[in-house]
Amino acid sequence: MILDIEKFVVKEKPLWNELDNLLGTLAREGDKKLSVDDVKRLYYLYERVSEDLAKISTFSGEREVRKYLETLVARAYAEIYAKKGKRVKFNLFKWAAHSFPAAFRRNSKAFMLACAISLFGALFGGIAVTVDPDAKKAVFPEEFRHLQQSPDERVAQEEKMDADRRLEGVQSTFAAQLMTHNIKVSVFCLALGMAWGIGTMLVLFYNGVVLGAVAFDFIMGGQTVFMLGWLMPHGVIEIPAFVIAGQAGLVLGGCILKPRGARARALKEKIDDIVTLAGGVAMLLIWAGLVESFLSQLHEPVIPYFAKIILGVVELIALIAYLGLAGRKKEKEAMSKGAAE
Amino acid sequence: MNAAELTNIVEIRTPEGISFPLHLASPVSRCLAWTMDFFCILVLQNALSMIVRLFLILSPDFAQGMAIALYFVISILYGIILEWAWNGQTFGKRMFCLRVIDADGMKLSPSQVVVRNLLRAVDCLPAFYLAGGAFSLLSPRYQRLGDIAGRTYVIRELKAADPDLNSILTDKYNSFRNYPYLMARARAGIPPNEATLLLRSLLRRDTLDAQRRAEIYSKLAEYVKEKALFPQEATDGLSDERYLKNIVDILYRR
Repeated sequence: MILDIEKFVVKEKPLWNELDNLLGTLAREGDKKLSVDDVKRLYYLYERVSEDLAKISTFSGEREVRKYLETLVARAYAEIYAKKGKRVKFNLFKWAAHSFPAAFRRNSKAFMLACAISLFGALFGGIAVTVDPDAKKAVFPEEFRHLQQSPDERVAQEEKMDADRRLEGVQSTFAAQLMTHNIKVSVFCLALGMAWGIGTMLVLFYNGVVLGAVAFDFIMGGQTVFMLGWLMPHGVIEIPAFVIAGQAGLVLGGCILKPRGARARALKEKIDDIVTLAGGVAMLLIWAGLVESFLSQLHEPVIPYFAKIILGVVELIALIAYLGLAGRKKEKEAMSKGAAE
Repeated sequence: MNAAELTNIVEIRTPEGISFPLHLASPVSRCLAWTMDFFCILVLQNALSMIVRLFLILSPDFAQGMAIALYFVISILYGIILEWAWNGQTFGKRMFCLRVIDADGMKLSPSQVVVRNLLRAVDCLPAFYLAGGAFSLLSPRYQRLGDIAGRTYVIRELKAADPDLNSILTDKYNSFRNYPYLMARARAGIPPNEATLLLRSLLRRDTLDAQRRAEIYSKLAEYVKEKALFPQEATDGLSDERYLKNIVDILYRR
């Protein structure tokens, strides 16, 4: 085919400009202002410019025109074939009340696996410090050096420090440090899912070992009530949050484990759930950080242990109810709508 | 010389059967963009610390806590907010003409932006993005781990600039222009990548020594003569270099 390139460009240029302007408006203002006719016109222009690109592709000297048309087609293609659901406005309340618990339930198998790994780690850590008290040195990282004391010493020290009001004036700083540190660790646990889920499993197992070692140490030392009063107010939120981060990491690892083509499909399908779970973890850890800083570090005689334990139990029940029940009605509605369609 | 065979090009094929290339950004340009972003984050954090100092009057503890939380939020949300708001770009990426896109050529979804930024946690291991850098060097699509999980590519946005034809072509009489029909045949017969090759060989004229240049131009002219057929009176007395200049002139100048 021989094309008179000059006539061709002169004839088609107004359409190219029109598509360029339409795409510019879309980029600036979104698709709210587009009428049905505008959308039809956009698709027509896209098809027309695509045809022009096909025609000009064989022309050697029209490199710049071709590049211009390629850019135009690429932009139009991205707009026209973008996923329908992408432009839904984010609503924090709806997300917290529906999306997060629903994503949690959709991936419950990964949560169960994350729980099992953590519990196995806890059992391992507990047995290790019970059988060999010196194992504490190996189990507790440098930042938890204070846990290497005997439980009795620790309790005496904590209760004395409370009387000295050691956190007065630094609670906000402490809360911020806890939140940022815990969120970093959770993100790390999630991201290690890229190592086929093995990295996530190792982090979950290690966290379980530390937790189990602490719990068994205090129980064996006869300080169960102190430990529950100290850990429960924040731990009943913080520990499940870590496990949910592990759940997200395992979901990611599950996608990576699939063969190439299936992997891309799985990632496409699961990416929203992974992000929702990560957001939920951050939300839970902010709460846990505030509770740990402003409440968990206060011991008897300032706050009775039973009050802290009751608070922990109430929080745990609320969390289970939230993750298990919130948004179920909407989920059922969506399912029945899907079945009807 | 099919563009799709080159590793730094991803070809997207639309349902309409049209394909367009996307030029992948090299790990080096991405590293430069990241360095720029790193400095932007530092500047933002410093600006923030000045604002937070105002709260010291109210409560030093609250000011300190807020500073820690906001530093963290900026370092995590910088990439997420900018890539979402600027359709795959940050300050650094804008400066180096890079853009993050979906692996299918679509617009980025918020989840893709979040995942590719959250996975910096492993890409930056053990230090200075060594893991991410190593992965993007080994990956056929220059993807770091975050890009693989988010199904994204970082592409180079090419600015379509006209080559400086005046430096190689003069307004000297071009005998080929007497044959408009054959000119059109030559334009249709020489594919774009070969035209680019011819143009580049002429643009690099002065970097080649005389003997090597003569050899290269001779081979190119011999190859092109099979595709661009002009009568003998139009080609008589033309050196290989002049012949190639005439061809490039009719290919690139209307």
